[in-house]
Amino acid sequence: MAEPTKETPAHIEVKDMTVAYGDRVIQHDLAFSVKRGQVFLIMGGSGCGKSTVMRALFGLTRPARGQVLHGGVDFWAAGAEERERMMRRCGVLYQSGALWSSLTLAENISVLLETFTDLRPRQVKEIVSFKLALVGLAGFEEFYPSEISGGMRKRAGLARAMALDPEILFFDEPSAGLDPVSSRRLDELILELRDSLGATVVIVTHELASVFAIGDDSIFLDAVTKTLIAHGNPKELLAHSTVPEVRAFLTRGAEAGNAGITSAAP
Amino acid sequence: MGYMTDQNQSSDAAATLERRPDGTVVVQLRGNWKQPANLPAVDTLLGRLDEGGAPIRVELDGKELSGWDSGMMALVMGVFDACAQRKVPVDTAGLPEGAQRLVRLARAVPPRATDHAGSARRSFLAAFGAQTIEFVQSTGAVLTFLGDCVQATVDLFRGKTMFRRVDLFLFAQAAGAEAFPIVSLISVLIGMILAFVGAYQLKQFGAEIYIAAGVAIGVVREMAPMMTGIIMAGRTGAAFAAQIGTMQVNEEVDALSTAGFSPIGFLVLPRLLALAVMMPMLCLYAMLMGIGGGALVSVTMFGIPLSTYIDQTRSVVSLSDFSMGVGKGLVFGIVVAAVGCLRGVQCGRSASAVGEAATSAVVSGIVAIILLDSLAAVICTVLHI
Repeated sequence: MAEPTKETPAHIEVKDMTVAYGDRVIQHDLAFSVKRGQVFLIMGGSGCGKSTVMRALFGLTRPARGQVLHGGVDFWAAGAEERERMMRRCGVLYQSGALWSSLTLAENISVLLETFTDLRPRQVKEIVSFKLALVGLAGFEEFYPSEISGGMRKRAGLARAMALDPEILFFDEPSAGLDPVSSRRLDELILELRDSLGATVVIVTHELASVFAIGDDSIFLDAVTKTLIAHGNPKELLAHSTVPEVRAFLTRGAEAGNAGITSAAP
Repeated sequence: MGYMTDQNQSSDAAATLERRPDGTVVVQLRGNWKQPANLPAVDTLLGRLDEGGAPIRVELDGKELSGWDSGMMALVMGVFDACAQRKVPVDTAGLPEGAQRLVRLARAVPPRATDHAGSARRSFLAAFGAQTIEFVQSTGAVLTFLGDCVQATVDLFRGKTMFRRVDLFLFAQAAGAEAFPIVSLISVLIGMILAFVGAYQLKQFGAEIYIAAGVAIGVVREMAPMMTGIIMAGRTGAAFAAQIGTMQVNEEVDALSTAGFSPIGFLVLPRLLALAVMMPMLCLYAMLMGIGGGALVSVTMFGIPLSTYIDQTRSVVSLSDFSMGVGKGLVFGIVVAAVGCLRGVQCGRSASAVGEAATSAVVSGIVAIILLDSLAAVICTVLHI
């Protein structure tokens, strides 16, 4: 194991983790660490278990083997209350937004603040409006999730993920189903939030435009060998990686990224 | 068929095999293959591949094709599979350009051996064993769920559970107040049916006066709680399963867990409490309506004075009968809500899984109600309650 450096200690550390559904192994023997304040990407082809690995990082799926450490504390060895506290320090944006459909957008956020803080109702209301304004949804407080578009739902989900000012933000394919402009805007928003909140960000993605724009560090999961096949900064991986799957994934994206712009013109 | 006459072409699709002296087998495809019917059978053609010795190579010739679609491609792929088994090369140069491209595309990625659980056929014993293990595990899941519910209820009274009172009122309204019309209708009809059935028997002895007793005991002890329970299973249990199941599909339940809310406390408890409060009341109401239905029949059709009917009813039904009925209602309400929520929580992540969850909530709910009711009848008889 690499020696932890003093200035950027590992925020999340994964040791020999195996995730499985019953007897079916999804990914095995994963070991990596995410430094504080990084944008960390989990990449890989469709169906290789990226989301499942991420769910194990914030405690939704219990790994079949191995450890997940948050700030040096073993997540699954901790007591139930400690684990709940650790989970509350994580904000999660699900693929579909996963807003609670029986609550308005404002209630989706305020229910967290009301339950887990001692803020006064007035303050809660102000914070809710502020969070919605951050994601460009000011004025949508009283809307129900079914009344807004998919992209808006995703942004509202982001506002909810940030409700308790989490230390770690998890994103499950944030740009899936968004048009290129919205997706780029979401990337900028993620970076801005990281810088202003000082949060660590973990993203499951295969959107290559985002990969190079925002990724500080990344791992690459493989569906055939069912384990990690590359680890490093995406740009460096593109420049130096010798793993054919990684090269194909990243160069294809670089080409497509350029080609997409030129070939759009008739 | 209109489809075929539109084409204005006869179904002249044909496939023949021709063996050349050098061991090459030429598969000739002729005519219009764009017809939905009468395609030459692949199996008979391939069965003749080895006639007169194994082929050295196979050539596909489609120069006389006038039209083709996926039906022909299926035959071509069949030829490829058969030749792969014999390790014989296939030459597709004679096929139309588009067909050649499709062949290359289909053969670009070799079929992958998948470990999909559903594809393996199991023997009867293996399936039986797997089902048994599954049943035992699901029983464990039910007990865990019930334990969680009890734990959440205890936490609620200790003020530790996140619980939205608004939800409780909403569910109480949906499950209770909005069920009034159907409960009224069914209860009145049940009371009338009991009155008719009893009247024809009692008439033989000139004892129509006892209709009231039969209706009252039947409705209060058995029919009111059972019918209300069944209505609730179909109306509310299914709704609970579908609501929570849809939330599973939308990852809303996951979002609750990660936010630190217990899905049991947030989703299950308000529903459980709403039904536990509303069911005894609905049950009481159903009893009154049932007795009313019996009275309607007796007074209008058998000429029993209303005051006599009421007196009879009052002399027969004791407080213990009433509490028995209301108690059953309470238990059935809790069972229906718990089963509905459990099926929702167990729901998979697809539209059909939500449907199955709703169906299974109704079926399990009704079965549980009838089983519990029979059990109660046996116990009451033995204990002379």
